[in-house]
Amino acid sequence: MSTVVSAQQVSKRFRDVTALDDVSFTLEENRIHGLLGRNGAGKTTLMQIMTGQLLASSGRLTIDGRSPYENETVMSRVCFIKESQTYPQYFKVRHALESARLLFPGWDEDFAQALLADFRLPLNRQVRKLSRGMHSMLGIIIGLASRAPLTLFDEPYLGLDAVARHLFYDHLLTDYAEHPRTVVLSTHLIDEVGELLEHVLLLDQGRVLLDTTAEDLRGQVVTVAGPGSAVDELAAEYEELHREILGRYARATLRGTFGTAERARAKALGLDLEAVSLQDIVVRLTTAHARSGDATTTGTRKKETLR
Amino acid sequence: MEDGRPIFLQIAELIENSIIDGTLAEEAQVPSTNELAAFHRINPATAGKGVNQLVDEGTLYKKRGIGMFVATGARAKLRDRRREDFAQQFLHPLLAEANKLGIDADELKRMIDRWEQGR
Repeated sequence: MSTVVSAQQVSKRFRDVTALDDVSFTLEENRIHGLLGRNGAGKTTLMQIMTGQLLASSGRLTIDGRSPYENETVMSRVCFIKESQTYPQYFKVRHALESARLLFPGWDEDFAQALLADFRLPLNRQVRKLSRGMHSMLGIIIGLASRAPLTLFDEPYLGLDAVARHLFYDHLLTDYAEHPRTVVLSTHLIDEVGELLEHVLLLDQGRVLLDTTAEDLRGQVVTVAGPGSAVDELAAEYEELHREILGRYARATLRGTFGTAERARAKALGLDLEAVSLQDIVVRLTTAHARSGDATTTGTRKKETLR
Repeated sequence: MEDGRPIFLQIAELIENSIIDGTLAEEAQVPSTNELAAFHRINPATAGKGVNQLVDEGTLYKKRGIGMFVATGARAKLRDRRREDFAQQFLHPLLAEANKLGIDADELKRMIDRWEQGR
């Protein structure tokens, strides 16, 4: 397993705004990585640094061991699909595809044609006259057919309907299986892509909040529900991320180890264990983090009451 | 894929279920990791982890360059293991619920007999 992207204490400041604050992580080769976080968390800034469009204020980020900034060798191996991609005024869909063919050494024209047919994208329409969703389709087709060893998708599906999004997921999975490469997927639709991801990097306010495999994360966070006293007893041994109370009944989201023994213990206490989706985990972690960041005293946890 | 357990375990269990109910016969070829990933819309590495667990346990075996196959004797072995787990997985919650409702063991047995006759 080799490292494709390595970030060491990367920070990026724009005047008085700190977009990235001492970010360190590595992305392993041939995996699908999820880059998650709320708006303004620093996802796009990070991807811009990874693709040589921005220079970090401090720290070091490398692709295959080299700095991507103004480095043609590195950039021919990287494909960055972003929501705000612009093309020259007169460009038609086929011009955009022809440019991509010239740009990416691994370009697969047959695959691009198959994707065009699947997405029903008109070749001779001007790019600026495409709908929001069709514009996204064009980006997805280029991103997939480029077969770049490092492919980054930044919110690739604005305006895409559910059918087109699932076409994207299916093509991504099958093509990735046949032609393994490193994929970074930045998205808000976490529930839709949760099971496609092998590794999750969660940013919050410019910092890395979570850097783990999706599989580990699934076993780490669980919701338990039942009598409040039983929830209290179990919660004492875990990091509590969230709690809701309905009379004497409580539901708590806990973080820690939940193996067979721990599950049996929760059941013996009369508690029901529920799965927590990746989306909920991210919501709970980012809100819990925001609370602990605001609080002046630690150990106080806000409890919501439902009546 | 639902439920809180790791997805690779659920994949392994799905294949086991197919072996136990005969959908996948012994010595039959098992879908490839990539086929499983595409079908369940999960990461191929996750599907591979589930398949590899079954290989480690001797339920499946690899034929180099061809694929994965169900081992001879896998069905009986899986059935034995599931029978051992049956009490913990099914009887325990049944008795806990019965206890909560004040149904004692005798009444529970009568209910099972009546259920059997009613079918």
